[in-house]
This record gives sequence, structure tokens and C-alpha cells, in this order.
Amino acid sequence: QEVTVEVLAHLEHLALVDFRDAEGVERLRKAIRFADLLQVVNTEGVEPMDSVLEDRCLYLREDDVTEGNCTKELMKNAREKVEEYFVAPPGNIPLLKLEEQETFLQGS
Amino acid sequence: QVSAALREGGVSPTELCQRCLSLIKSTKFLNAYITVAEETALKQAEESEKRYRSGQPLGVLDGIPVAVKDNFNTAGIETTCASNMLKGYISPYNATVVQKLLDQGAVLLGKTNLDEFAMGSGSTDGVFGPVRNPWSYSRQYKEKSVSKSHSEDEESNWVITGGSSGGSAAAVSSFTCFAALGSDTGGSTRNPAAHCGVVGLKPTYGLISRHGLIPLVNSMDVPGILTRCVDDAAVVLGLLAGHDPKDSTTIQDDFKPFELPNLPDVSKLSIGIPKEYQAPGLSSEILGLWSKAADLFKNAGAKVIEVSLPHTCYSIVCYHVLCTAEVASNMARFDGLEYGHRSDMNKSTESMYAATRREGFNDVVRGRILSGNYFLLKQNYENYFIKAQKVRRLIANDFLKVFRSGIDILLTPTTLSDPVPYTEFIKEDNRTRSAQDDILTQAVNLAGLPAINVPTALSERGLPVGLQFIGRSFQEKQLLTVAKWFEKQVKFPIIQLEEVKSHVQDVFQHRKSASFS
Repeated sequence: QEVTVEVLAHLEHLALVDFRDAEGVERLRKAIRFADLLQVVNTEGVEPMDSVLEDRCLYLREDDVTEGNCTKELMKNAREKVEEYFVAPPGNIPLLKLEEQETFLQGS
Repeated sequence: QVSAALREGGVSPTELCQRCLSLIKSTKFLNAYITVAEETALKQAEESEKRYRSGQPLGVLDGIPVAVKDNFNTAGIETTCASNMLKGYISPYNATVVQKLLDQGAVLLGKTNLDEFAMGSGSTDGVFGPVRNPWSYSRQYKEKSVSKSHSEDEESNWVITGGSSGGSAAAVSSFTCFAALGSDTGGSTRNPAAHCGVVGLKPTYGLISRHGLIPLVNSMDVPGILTRCVDDAAVVLGLLAGHDPKDSTTIQDDFKPFELPNLPDVSKLSIGIPKEYQAPGLSSEILGLWSKAADLFKNAGAKVIEVSLPHTCYSIVCYHVLCTAEVASNMARFDGLEYGHRSDMNKSTESMYAATRREGFNDVVRGRILSGNYFLLKQNYENYFIKAQKVRRLIANDFLKVFRSGIDILLTPTTLSDPVPYTEFIKEDNRTRSAQDDILTQAVNLAGLPAINVPTALSERGLPVGLQFIGRSFQEKQLLTVAKWFEKQVKFPIIQLEEVKSHVQDVFQHRKSASFS
């Protein structure tokens, strides 16, 4: 199937990463063509495999607090912060509505 | 051997540390290290020396210089994953495997170079530049290369280390450390091990904790061990393996560290030779070595049988889909808010995230995120992601069938050819290269099995070639025993590097190879 402009825009929005240029789009198209090679394999009656350890029980530890209280350490790596808050720019503004958008798609 | 020297007082931990640090400086052109933790390493060496003087070393690894791939978190030391996204990021904690090494008294020299976020098979795509294979500067390679002018060719003829743990492999190969940690998701420990002439062990998935290893593909990643000989790999494995409550994908079975027999006996074994591993593009040289290796086992009395893993040809595609899908998910955490790079764009949260990620990731990473998101779209989920998961089961079952039929170990090549010159390698893009180079190593990650690269011989160009052994799940002891036997048979030569000679000579006067166990 053709990869439509809508799908590309949708992907950019989901991934929050842009294709930047025609090369990026071509790379995706090649990746999809490559993945299509899987279609020839007969997987009738085969269950999908999530993990090679599927026959084992996952380890669950006791719900006891064993570590924490490291707020200062963790805040060290953040650039914008106020007291113990990470500071983010205003939310609820969808990406595509912004004029400053610089994706390849905007230009086409 | 070094461990014994430390115990006997033949050399002190601080001396050893200083020698390694100065060797790192004189081999800087290899670009194997991103960060050298000189001060902390010397402090650790001093602590170790105190322990030796009072006769109470922590164990075999006490005072031994090691290096760690830069995608493992190391408290207080910059961890970058060779990406702009994490430049300047100082980890607040140690990965479990790093902590285990430090608890044994190992001296952490620094963090090694890799492909950005461990994506690649050449260690050429990180932001700190490519890693150079130490063998490019070896007497063995120089003798075999036809050169017009000495210095001109050195600059353009250097070969790659393979990847993505190239820095770790180069560090071990050039004697700047005695063991290094890598990671293996599609062959990232075994591939550079083969190209750099060192032992590269990929343990069974679930044996060693991934806590602190910045994830690429959660269902396939494992920490890898790089050493100069199989015995050393067994020692390190013994110290790192075992359940970790901080990583719920580690199995809960008790792990018993083991020692390998001095004279392994392979006569009762069945060695399988998977015919599909005679892949297109496999060099005739390696095909010949593979065949000679099979003969070695036959002559020792082992049963050598051709077997089939019919879905091998689909493993690359399967990996491609599953890897990009998991990457799309794992890279979502990098948004600039809590750590790492943050863009100055602040019009909205989403635009800040998008700009941060555009600035922080290179093309390879961004490409995989976008592909992964495509395969995970509702309309594609069944046909791509679920389909790939089904194919994964078929591939894993191929291995199970072969092992159930009585085969103990599989013998295959590790790489398609000896290491190629950088100038040639970059002619193809990262994805194509990975697809070509990973074909021999990657099905093992899909099935979660243990595998090891053992350096086998030098190619006609004087560069290392290795062979791979694949074992049954959690049967590392058997795998390493066979590997050790093979290692003794082939007697792989030591690299002859100018820089190394003076540093290594006095410590290892009578020894033929330099190992620490």
C-alpha cells in the first residue's frame, strides 16, 4: 500500500520525531518493504511469542519500600525545575497547530 | 595470571591501574573510550592495594582494571550512549552488573564507545566518532597490506571494530583493560569480539540482570562479557550471573559459579552445523575455517552433524520489526524534562519534546522510532508486529527441535568476513549494514540462547576471524567448556602493537597470553 501523507503526519505526531526530509520518508518506505517479506511465512496456528521466558513465573517482590528519598539526586539531571517540580512548557497544544512546525510535510 | 601476580605482590593494583591509564592515553587514536574515570579509578586501585597488603583481597577481580560500555549507568560518571540526548548526563546509580564488579574490587577505568544507543554493527555511528580496530595498527596487518606510503595508508586503511560494543572490544584487545562489559541485542558483543580477536560471551537471556542497562529491545538485550580468554569470561560470568530483585526478567533459579576443566573432553559431544548459516556473502576464508573447525571436533571423537534451522532466513526481518517496535517504545522516555538534552523550544510541551528529540537523536535512531511506530499502528499491528512475534516463535522452535534431537552445541561463523576498512564500511547505510552483518548472530537473540565468539585465526589480510558456539539455555558451563577446548586447539596469536609492548612486557615476562585468571 502507498504510505499516505496522512499516515506520515500521524507517525510524526505519535513519535514526536520528524522525518526531516525526503530521505527520511524513503527510509520508512524501504523499512516497510523489508518488513513485508514476513508475509510469506506460514504462521497458521502459531502463537505470538512475547518473551523467551514465557514458561516461567514472573518474579514479584514484597510490596515493601526498600529505597527512595533520592529527590535531590534525581533533580540534578533536570534542566528546568522549581523546588521539587519539573517545569514543562504549556500543555494541551497539539503539535500540528503550531506555525513554527518545521517538518518536511509542511512544505509539500 | 594477573590476579595471581597481584596476590603475590609482583605488581600492585595502583601500578597496574596507572599502566592501563597511560596505555589508554597512548592509544587514544583508537577512540575506544568516551570517558576515562582517572581519579576514581586510582582511588579504587588504592583501596584494592590496601586490601592486598592486609592479605584480604575481595576475590579474583580485586584490583583488576575493567571497562564498561557507555550504555550502562555508572554512578557519578557520565553515561551518554554516544548520543547528544544524554551528553552530560551523570547517572545517579550503578547498573547492577557495574555494582557487582565494583563490589568485587574491580577498578573501573572508564566508559567505552559504541554506536548511538547501541544501534549499529560498526561502532561508527556514535556522536563521539568511530572506534578504530587496534588490529589496524598491528604488525600482522601492516605486513600483509600492500602500501605505497606508510603514513598515508595508516590513516585511510584502518578497519572497523564491528559493533555495537566496539569500544569495549577494542579496549580489551589493546590491553587497556582485562575485561569489559558490552551489550548484545542482535550480536553487538559477538560481532566486535570476532573483529577484534577477543572472546565475546552472550549469556542466556534472564541470567544476568539488565537493571541499569539502558534498554534497546527489552525482550532481547543482555549484558555481554568481553575478555581475552574463555577462562576469564567464565570468572566474570560467575560474578555477574544470578537473580536480581531489581530486574524481574532475571530467573530465580540458583546460579552456581563454575570453573572450567583444564583438559576439556569433547569426545562425547554432538556438534551441529546449521546449513543455513552458510549465508550469501560468507567469505570463502571463513567457510574454510568453519570446515576446519568441524574437522577438529571430528578428529577428537565428537559427532559432527549437519542440521537445519529452516527459518533462519527470516530472522533479520523478524528482528527488524520487533526491534524497531521496542525501540519506538523505549526511546519515548527521552523528552528532555527529567534528564538529558532539552531543547530551548518552549511554545508547548509537545513542540519541546519534538525539538528535543530531533536535536538529540541521530538519523539511525529517529528512523527506527518512526518505523517502529508504523508497525505498531492499529491498522498494522496484526500484520507486522504480531506476525513478527509468531515468526519469532518459529525461529526459537527451530533451535529447540535441534537441541532436542541430541545436539549439544552448534558451531557457526560469527561474521561474514574479516573486519573491513572504515572507508568501505560507510558506503552503505546503517540499516543495510546491520541487516547484512547481523545475520549470523541475531537469531540467537530471538531465541534467548547463550552464544560465544572464540577468536580462531588471522585472515589473509592479517586480521582476526572468530567462530561462534551456540548452546542450550542456561547451559553456559557446557558452552564455555567446548569454547575453552577449541581455544586451546587454535592458539590464536597475540596482537603485536608497538604501544602495548613496553607496557605489558615487564608484567607478563614468561606468559604467552595475558589473562587475569
